[in-house]
Amino acid sequence: MSGFDDSLLNEADETVRIRMVVNGRKVAWEVAPRETLVDCLRDRLELTGTHAGCEMGACGACLVQLDGRAVHSCLIFAVQADGATIDTIEGLSERGAIADLQAEFHRRNALQCGFCTPGMLVNAHELLSQVAQPSREEIRDALSGNYCRCTGYEAIVDAIDAVAKARGTSGGVT
Amino acid sequence: MTAPLTSLDRPNSYIGRSVPRPNAKRLLAGRGRYVSDLRLPRMLYAAFLRSPHAHAKIVSINTEPARAIEGVHLVATGVDLAEICTPWTGTLDHFKGMTSAPQWPLPVDRVVWAGQAVVAVVAESRAIAEDALELIEVDYDDLPVVVDLDVAREAGGPLVNPGSVNNICFRSQLDNGTVDDAFAHAAHVVEEEFTFGRHTAVTLEPRAIVADYDPAAGMLTVHHGTQTPYQFQDLYSRHYDIPESRVRVIASDIGGSFGMKLHVYHEDMAVVGLSILLGRPVKYVADRMESFVSDIHARDHRVRARMALDAKGGILAMDVEDLTAIGAFSTYPRTSVVEGNQVIRLMGAPYRFENYRATLEVIFQNKVQTSQYRAVGHPIACAVTERLVDMAAAKLGLDPFAIRAQNVIPDDAYPQTSPTGYRFEALSHQACLKRLHQMMDYDGLRAEQADLRKRGIHRGIGIAAFVEITNPSPAFYGVGGARISSQDGAILSLTPSGEVRCLISVTEQGQGTEAIISQIVADQLGLAQEHVKVITGDTEVTPHGGATWACRGAGIGGETALQATRALKRNILEIAALILQEQPSALDIIDGQVVDAATRNQRMPISEIARIAYFRSDTLPPGTQAQLTVSHHFAPQGYPFAFTNGIQGCLLEVDVETGLIKLLKHFIVEDCGRVINPMLVDEQLRGGVVQGLGAALFEECRYSDTGQLVNGSLADYLVPMPMEMPDIVIAHVETPTADTELGAKGVGEAGTAAASACVLNAVNDALAPFGATINSIPITPMKVLTALKRF
Ligand code: FES
Ligand code: FES
Repeated sequence: MSGFDDSLLNEADETVRIRMVVNGRKVAWEVAPRETLVDCLRDRLELTGTHAGCEMGACGACLVQLDGRAVHSCLIFAVQADGATIDTIEGLSERGAIADLQAEFHRRNALQCGFCTPGMLVNAHELLSQVAQPSREEIRDALSGNYCRCTGYEAIVDAIDAVAKARGTSGGVT
Repeated sequence: MTAPLTSLDRPNSYIGRSVPRPNAKRLLAGRGRYVSDLRLPRMLYAAFLRSPHAHAKIVSINTEPARAIEGVHLVATGVDLAEICTPWTGTLDHFKGMTSAPQWPLPVDRVVWAGQAVVAVVAESRAIAEDALELIEVDYDDLPVVVDLDVAREAGGPLVNPGSVNNICFRSQLDNGTVDDAFAHAAHVVEEEFTFGRHTAVTLEPRAIVADYDPAAGMLTVHHGTQTPYQFQDLYSRHYDIPESRVRVIASDIGGSFGMKLHVYHEDMAVVGLSILLGRPVKYVADRMESFVSDIHARDHRVRARMALDAKGGILAMDVEDLTAIGAFSTYPRTSVVEGNQVIRLMGAPYRFENYRATLEVIFQNKVQTSQYRAVGHPIACAVTERLVDMAAAKLGLDPFAIRAQNVIPDDAYPQTSPTGYRFEALSHQACLKRLHQMMDYDGLRAEQADLRKRGIHRGIGIAAFVEITNPSPAFYGVGGARISSQDGAILSLTPSGEVRCLISVTEQGQGTEAIISQIVADQLGLAQEHVKVITGDTEVTPHGGATWACRGAGIGGETALQATRALKRNILEIAALILQEQPSALDIIDGQVVDAATRNQRMPISEIARIAYFRSDTLPPGTQAQLTVSHHFAPQGYPFAFTNGIQGCLLEVDVETGLIKLLKHFIVEDCGRVINPMLVDEQLRGGVVQGLGAALFEECRYSDTGQLVNGSLADYLVPMPMEMPDIVIAHVETPTADTELGAKGVGEAGTAAASACVLNAVNDALAPFGATINSIPITPMKVLTALKRF
């Protein structure tokens, strides 16, 4: 005899078809309503650069760009992202959008285990697209949704600061 | 004008150079290969039902409805796993009289903390496994819960382990000298009781494991997010009775560890068993809530301590009692008493005094286990010692720098044995003190503080000297019967194209092991660093060794690499000498070229030697066997530990209206011996300091009266964020250890060791005008306001 509750399975079985453009490529798949965007990106597309550190919007490891703005992919159900354009760390890296940030992080060792790093980079990218020359205080403030347990944050702040200055003098992004 | 040439101006001189980490580029591109990312063919997912009770008897478990769910492959209880896994006990022989109850992957009859895993479900997805968990019914009978330290110690009170006589895990005493006499004759005595909350590591990547048992091959492969793969190879082999050579543990990229990921966790052992039962790969990744209730916690001490001083402020004696609460079990295989043991042995470590007495009592309670976490025992010993020193200074009207300068062991007085029995080879407290004083602009800060006080702004300046234990010898675990290696091994090969591949037993968790090992190899061989490939973290490939813990990566792993490289270089030069008709001693290698040692004239590339040796050995003299792969092991000898030292300083501001504390700046002067990569050392220090600052001000695992963890999420447990953290200024003094050629000691724990002590002293300094004191960590706004009698 099984005391199995059928409604549970039905609910879990139900799927919705969604489409999005991920890293420049159109994808379509069936998702369960309860699936989060971070799980879909990691499990279905094997874009494991986006990490889950808390699954409650606190740590920032899961940041991706949705229609050009940084969002927590752990707080968004995949169905909510239907029709959206998503850029993950892999896409941003491949098209060179954050190459200067990555180079500066590397030069200054602004990462240790690297688990927080994709989220940090997405956030830094967002910050510099909003504020061209943030002060160190503003950088620290902007990063306050990104936990890093390994570094002392200082090298990360230094790296972003250096990139902001370099972009400013090279007449790049304003 | 050209600066004089230094050793760093030689070609291929990488030791002492700030070069970036080669492997970091991968991580920056989102191409890390963390265990949580791994997916294997036919892989299943495990989830665990956890106990809602802190202490209860398991009366019955009904797993039938869960088993019936489509997609569920296995539901296993403690009894199921106990049939294939032998239990473990977290004791070490050299801790005489130590006790702890046997542990199984899942409990067989009793739960001992809220959050303990009770039943495992393996299913086609984690979501299905979690659905199934909801259908499992466990019938519990509540047992009395032991939460409070004093309740745990009460005679006749409730017991964590009903079979035992009391809740004591371990007791120890040190008595060196005539302590009572020293106190009786002291001009001054300072005394305080301190409490230190429970913290936890909060690695950003939670614990992750994929166990893959192949019944056809009789082979267990475990992808494990751990810093100690060899230790787990041994444990999986012994507890599941699989020959060691058929157990492979792979630790690829690890998303932070800090000591937390080197203990045996019940779920991890269970996942291995589940894979054995199913003959399929099984994955388990703790979610954040699970991490809070099942990762080891750390600290949790109550310390009573007093210090006796002579009329001039010379330290005469210390008398210490440390009570530490460790949860329901002692962890395995390192035990939960190492922390307390180090607390009582590191007390007073920077200072010259003779009379010391300490009692340690390690106590069970119904909470998750505490165990080794970054800077084991150091922050407690340091905070207690340094606070007492500051209290003494205040009593005697001495400046904090002055009393320390008067009491530290002089830099020219080594070797020295501490009153607690540690042997120090060479430390540099005087040099560090001097350097910190300058670096902080101490006099300037004091003047500014006085000025600001007049305007109602309350700044505090705190300093704290520390001694750190690194490069542990077998005296650490081996003597206690634990199969934890103090030696490391390296296998070094010259490849046919003239590059070098280094397989080494020390592991990488982001601190830069791979980078420093490649620096050492490139430096010693005379090769560009990019031609050295370092491979770590796979027991099937790399030789056995202790791996990375207790700050042994550079000091022991680095020395292993250095000695191995010198052996390979000798072999290369021997073959080169045969080919070139020279004496090996007349040759050297620079930039991958064999050169005349005297003239540095190029003779031939080492790639040519490799080519001849591998493909045209017929052209070498008869009898030549080219040994272009060397394997080498190194175990520390000489001093049982390579102690390092340093001093930290902290500037902060206390808002006496709100109790909020703003960290303004942090300073650290550190002596880790030979520095291999200054940038990596500095970043290790900064990361360590921030973990210490978190402990000082924010972090605490708080429990309810019934033993429930009440702040087990990242929204409730406060981890330091960028906004709250100060810039950290760093300087170095270098006193290499003479026990190794390399001279390096560890540095990973130095930052954490003294950061909270510094903050404690700085907050008390800020509150001094109010006559208020604080003796408890974390220093929350509420504690500040209570001390100020404003709450
Ligand atoms: S995983 Fe999304 S914020 Fe932590
Ligand atoms: S580098 Fe490890 S969490 Fe940031």
